[in-house]
Amino acid sequence: MTMDAKVFEMGDIDIAWCPGCGDYGILRAVKKALAELDIGPEMLVVVSGIGQAAKVPHYFKTNFFNGLHGRALPPAVAIKASNPSLTVIAQSGDGDMYGEGGNHFIHTIRRNPDITNIVHNNMVYGLTKGQASPTSQLGFKTPVQVAGVFLEPFNPLAVAIALDAGFVARAFIGDAEQTKEMIKKAILHKGYSLVDILQPCVTFNKINTYQWFKEHTYYLEDSHDPHNRGEAFNRAIEKDRMPLGVFYVNPDKKTFEQNIELYERDNRPLWQRELDTGRLRGLIDEFK
Amino acid sequence: MSKSASLDEHNDISIVLCGQAGMGIQTVESLLTRILKLSGYNVFATKEYMSRVRGGMNSTEIRVGSKPVSAMVDRIDILVPLNKGAVEHVARRISKDTVVLGEKELVGEQSRPFRFFEAPFTNIANQIGNRIYSNIVAVGTIAALLGIGLDRVSDYVRRHFAGKASDVVKKNIEAAGAGFELGAGLAKSVGLRVVIQPNPMVGEQILMSGAEAVGLGAMAGGCNFISAYPMSPSTPVLVFLAKHGRDFGLLAEQAEDEIAAINMAIGAWYAGARAMVSTSGGGFALMVEGLSLAGMLELPIVIHLAQRPGPATGLPTRTEQGDIELALYAGHGEFPRAIFAPGTLDEGFHLTAKAFNLADKYQVPVFVLTDQYYIDSYYNTESFDLSKANVEKYVVRTDKNYKRYELTTTGVSPRGIPGYGAGLVCVDSDEHDAEGHITEDLDLRTKMVEKRLAKLELLNSEIVPPELWPDGNYRNLVVCWGSTLHIVREALSVLGRNDTALLHYKQVYPLHPRTAEYLGKAKKVVALESNATGQFAKLIKLHTGIDADEKILKYSGLSFTVEEVVEKLKKVLV
Repeated sequence: MTMDAKVFEMGDIDIAWCPGCGDYGILRAVKKALAELDIGPEMLVVVSGIGQAAKVPHYFKTNFFNGLHGRALPPAVAIKASNPSLTVIAQSGDGDMYGEGGNHFIHTIRRNPDITNIVHNNMVYGLTKGQASPTSQLGFKTPVQVAGVFLEPFNPLAVAIALDAGFVARAFIGDAEQTKEMIKKAILHKGYSLVDILQPCVTFNKINTYQWFKEHTYYLEDSHDPHNRGEAFNRAIEKDRMPLGVFYVNPDKKTFEQNIELYERDNRPLWQRELDTGRLRGLIDEFK
Repeated sequence: MSKSASLDEHNDISIVLCGQAGMGIQTVESLLTRILKLSGYNVFATKEYMSRVRGGMNSTEIRVGSKPVSAMVDRIDILVPLNKGAVEHVARRISKDTVVLGEKELVGEQSRPFRFFEAPFTNIANQIGNRIYSNIVAVGTIAALLGIGLDRVSDYVRRHFAGKASDVVKKNIEAAGAGFELGAGLAKSVGLRVVIQPNPMVGEQILMSGAEAVGLGAMAGGCNFISAYPMSPSTPVLVFLAKHGRDFGLLAEQAEDEIAAINMAIGAWYAGARAMVSTSGGGFALMVEGLSLAGMLELPIVIHLAQRPGPATGLPTRTEQGDIELALYAGHGEFPRAIFAPGTLDEGFHLTAKAFNLADKYQVPVFVLTDQYYIDSYYNTESFDLSKANVEKYVVRTDKNYKRYELTTTGVSPRGIPGYGAGLVCVDSDEHDAEGHITEDLDLRTKMVEKRLAKLELLNSEIVPPELWPDGNYRNLVVCWGSTLHIVREALSVLGRNDTALLHYKQVYPLHPRTAEYLGKAKKVVALESNATGQFAKLIKLHTGIDADEKILKYSGLSFTVEEVVEKLKKVLV
């Protein structure tokens, strides 16, 4: 008997998303995935930054750390390292994770904490009303990019695979079931996992609509070998039609929590531990 | 050369080693200070160095005294030049009484008079097998001049090189012995001899740097998480905690930048760890948004800010007290904080430990403000009293109805952490309601601002008081803070005036309420700070309306010295 996703329901709350926004579908998929994995609100922490996507933890029952724009990943790393028994999800939008937080994105992958990174990728800035995001397509016109975007779009999957991230997937919220399945696999993966979720912004992106995503995406074949990094990279850089699915998996990497050696001899979280005063006395005496 | 060469008229002498980076001055400093301390000599060491890995010119001052020594002096009694150009580098500090001990070709032709004694360290080292031993030869020579037994020197050299190949240990002991022989000969033949009384109590004391005192204090405060990006002069604290992390269950993580460092540390506190960051001005500038986050989330954070001269990259390896205003006013929005500024090693230990407890108790940022001079200076002191440093934890178990920002009369809401209790712990950088959810209810906003600021009242109720020395009446009051304490105290001792007192602040914010009273009793108030604008004097003026009558300011990048303060005070005291 799996947990009912209703445990996450907040009741009648005011949600700041536009009607038809892909964020709703992602929220539902996350709740379902968690329920099916039997992960309840008490041992879950959702860490987000700022933006419309970053409001997601306000809309379901969970512990959360809604921090600064671009800074979801560093606290997520620290929370997991301080208490590995928590399930930690870092969830925000493309501007937050790939723009303002780009450096943390790179180095969190290198660190390989056992957290799941869910990115709402709508290729536009919503909350600031329609400027280009790092993933905006070439030629995309905005009130700031008046001549159209000419910066090469950021390719999060290719970057993640280049850094040998342990789990790299792309979903499209138009397919809620497959999105949920990928989130489940990502959470189960031991180590850093990325799920980049394509979603339309119904208010500020009239180009990359549900219809456009349907026409410009397809699923990786069953024959795709996610353990083949070179092939995964080749598929990640396909441009005209974007593949969906699990691109790459490396299950053999040690996680950050394993590497830091805090939990080798003692599996208690940091808050349960006491200072060894005798040992400290001994260390001070070494200065005699 | 007999009597005039004797240095025994001093209670303490100042030895300066000067040479290029990478020449092993630090090895000499480490060996000599430890050997001297173990022999019962009071010792102090401080260094000035260039921001480079090799070359340039660095110097280390080692003071040895019959009485405790803990401040930098200008005077050089014995100079050991290890490279060409060394004498020129410290020329300003050399007098006709200075003994220069070294090799003729390194000293070169000098116009100013001093007393030169040939000490062929390199030749002796070469005879032993390699010129790299020349530093150890110098250690032996200086030890002999100070009257330390050869056994003590050999024992410690053996200990220092323990774990190295047996040949390396043997050669170093040989080098120290050869140097010792040279020193003993110099003492006899030219009457160069230093008489300082050893005190067996000193051997039982601890000898450490400011960085080590802060690192140990963090441990005593229950620190189990440090995230930092390396930056001079703050790095030694990160290195110290990393070195002992495994033994103490402490995570020392080098972050990709200072922004990540402070956001990690705040995340760690959220999950129940006790975290600090260690940085300098430029790195702290990157942490400012994170500081504001801690203010809004009402999560504790301990910030060790080791000051160096700015603006921008400034002088990376030099000292200044130029960031008190930065620490005080950093962060958008309004929220309370506390700023400690240790003057002694003991204060570095206890205030850093206290920073963790205070931050946890009131859920506010607490700064430990040091500087390069404080971090890199060593001396012997009484061992720390651990019974005065308890880890105070303020985390509560949550129940089902837990509200992270419940409005309380004090402004402090009980702090839960995720995974401990039935409640949910929700924190938000947006303005939020009692549950931690985003809100634009502006009445609630007003209440939340007042709640956060109410904690300043609590901080005001437990300010570490400034120390008045000597106690009693005074005409002149010298006001200083942080690392200048020992320097000013010694300068006042030299001046020997019974109408002049020192008021030293170990907590610069919130300002102690008796400040106006202390200053009001003086005919003349002299503020002394290592910055160009008198930042602490401005803060005092803001809070008390009292202007310092005189300001003694230094901002060259070097620390004040005792003689300098004596001269400057002579001009202004009434």
